[in-house]
Amino acid sequence: MELYELGVKEAQEGLAAGDFTAEDLVKAVIARKNAADGEVGAYLTFDEEHALELARLNPRSVPIAIKDLINVRGQPCTCASKILKGYVSPYDATVIAKLKAAGFIPAGRVNMDEFAMGSSTENSGLGVTRNPYDLTRVPGGSSGGSAAAVGGNLCIAALGTDTGGSIRQPASFCNCVGIKPSYGRVSRFGVTAFASSLDQVGPMTKSVEDAAILMKALAGHDEHDGTTPREEVPDYVKALEDASMKGVKIGIAKEYSNVTGLDPEVKRITDEAVKACENAGAEIVEVSLPHTEYAMAVYYIIAPAEASANLARFDGVRFGHRSEKAVDVFSLYCKSRAEGFGAEVKRRIIMGTYVLSSGYYDAYYSRAQKVRTLIKRDFDAVFQKVDALLTPCAPTPAFSFGEKQDPLTMYLNDLYTIPSSLAGVCASSVPAGFTADSKLPVGVQFVCGGFEEAKLFKISKAFEDISPVKAARAF
Amino acid sequence: MKIDVAYVSELARLELSDEEKSLFQTQLENIVGYVEKISEVDVEGVPPMMHGHDTVNAFREDVVGESLPAETALANAPKRVGDEFLLPKIVEGAES
Repeated sequence: MELYELGVKEAQEGLAAGDFTAEDLVKAVIARKNAADGEVGAYLTFDEEHALELARLNPRSVPIAIKDLINVRGQPCTCASKILKGYVSPYDATVIAKLKAAGFIPAGRVNMDEFAMGSSTENSGLGVTRNPYDLTRVPGGSSGGSAAAVGGNLCIAALGTDTGGSIRQPASFCNCVGIKPSYGRVSRFGVTAFASSLDQVGPMTKSVEDAAILMKALAGHDEHDGTTPREEVPDYVKALEDASMKGVKIGIAKEYSNVTGLDPEVKRITDEAVKACENAGAEIVEVSLPHTEYAMAVYYIIAPAEASANLARFDGVRFGHRSEKAVDVFSLYCKSRAEGFGAEVKRRIIMGTYVLSSGYYDAYYSRAQKVRTLIKRDFDAVFQKVDALLTPCAPTPAFSFGEKQDPLTMYLNDLYTIPSSLAGVCASSVPAGFTADSKLPVGVQFVCGGFEEAKLFKISKAFEDISPVKAARAF
Repeated sequence: MKIDVAYVSELARLELSDEEKSLFQTQLENIVGYVEKISEVDVEGVPPMMHGHDTVNAFREDVVGESLPAETALANAPKRVGDEFLLPKIVEGAES
């Protein structure tokens, strides 16, 4: 086995045994990137000297690929946007500081949809990323670079972010494990904001155990992020020791089955996953999330509204692109933003500004926040009855480039991941199979209650043990 | 639902080309048409959900902490003079 094929746990064991050093690992990842990333395009930039220096200073550390919206001091942080070309981070995001303290080093910056807005990474302003399992298809998004790097064995593990499915859907498309932590479980300090009431950083890995190891490092209170409670972080790795499906109550939401546009192969793989859980001792319970049909609408009000406010900071004044054509401050804002942002970002800024504008706020944003409460209550009620929900991760496997031209069609790709994002609960994507005809990876989603990550890891691991496929291994 | 894209783009401080305006016009009206769906939900007496969990007022001690040195904060400035960001003239008649 090549070093770049290792997961986090295997790498840590090898480092501890003295089989190799962090420098060896980084060199192996760089060599792999140089050999294979030309066609995949997972990485936007890779400061080899920086990664090697960190590896020499921390010889027992594991390199992690970082989604390009998380700040690493002294490194670029472009959010895959032309508006941030040339930007150099002045400080480490809390997740980076925590990773460093726990024996990890940032190595390489991976592609994404611009400002995390998209489901295919086609919205990147800086590069194309292809699905390592089929180069004619997208890797999913917005954490498409992270997923392609993990699924294609171009890194040991990666960090992604998830606002409405941006970790889980690409993980499903690229055959890796992805964790969307509960809202507030992981600090957002130093992570470029898209929709602040939804954004979370999470691990994308080659196994559930690797994800648990990384989550243990990432989770917890941060005084720089007021939305991270001082709630104790359980030992997620230890929680895996007695992982089992026996007696686990798995909910199947009736609103999620037979959705229009659900690919028959995704349905087959999901049904087989349910059967496998049942055979392994889980109890399958039909449940209802009655407000599911409103989740997409709520999300496409709240997320653009928050994005339009967050992206106001890109005004050409303190950092980022500044237009040469400006004659006064007003045109400096308008032109710098026009030249710097791509189409999807502009569309969402306009949408968000519209729903927040005078006369429309109550009908849209305020009303959407109330419907969001009802969606959360659906989840609260369901988790009184079951330990976890099992759903498809995305309605289809990876689709072809340019296949979804209409924004609304693209948005509907996230219909299984958006409701749990709105509810603020935690969820995972675990590899579950390959489509029969085109051999594309398909993951299933497990959803647990808020701050129930230990349970989520346990159930995800129990499923991984019975799943017919292993992450990142078929490539 | 008719959206005044030109007006909204001005509010957003985001210049759009004529092509973008007409493309967004159709696309946004489709999206807004879709999200209108929430108007059918009875939200009488339902409180708004502002965040992913119920925490309110996360206080910390009001103590002086570390902050970025001015030079670091200015390092990404598109234009600067000394310790300041340089901008076009804002106030009419003032010296820039």
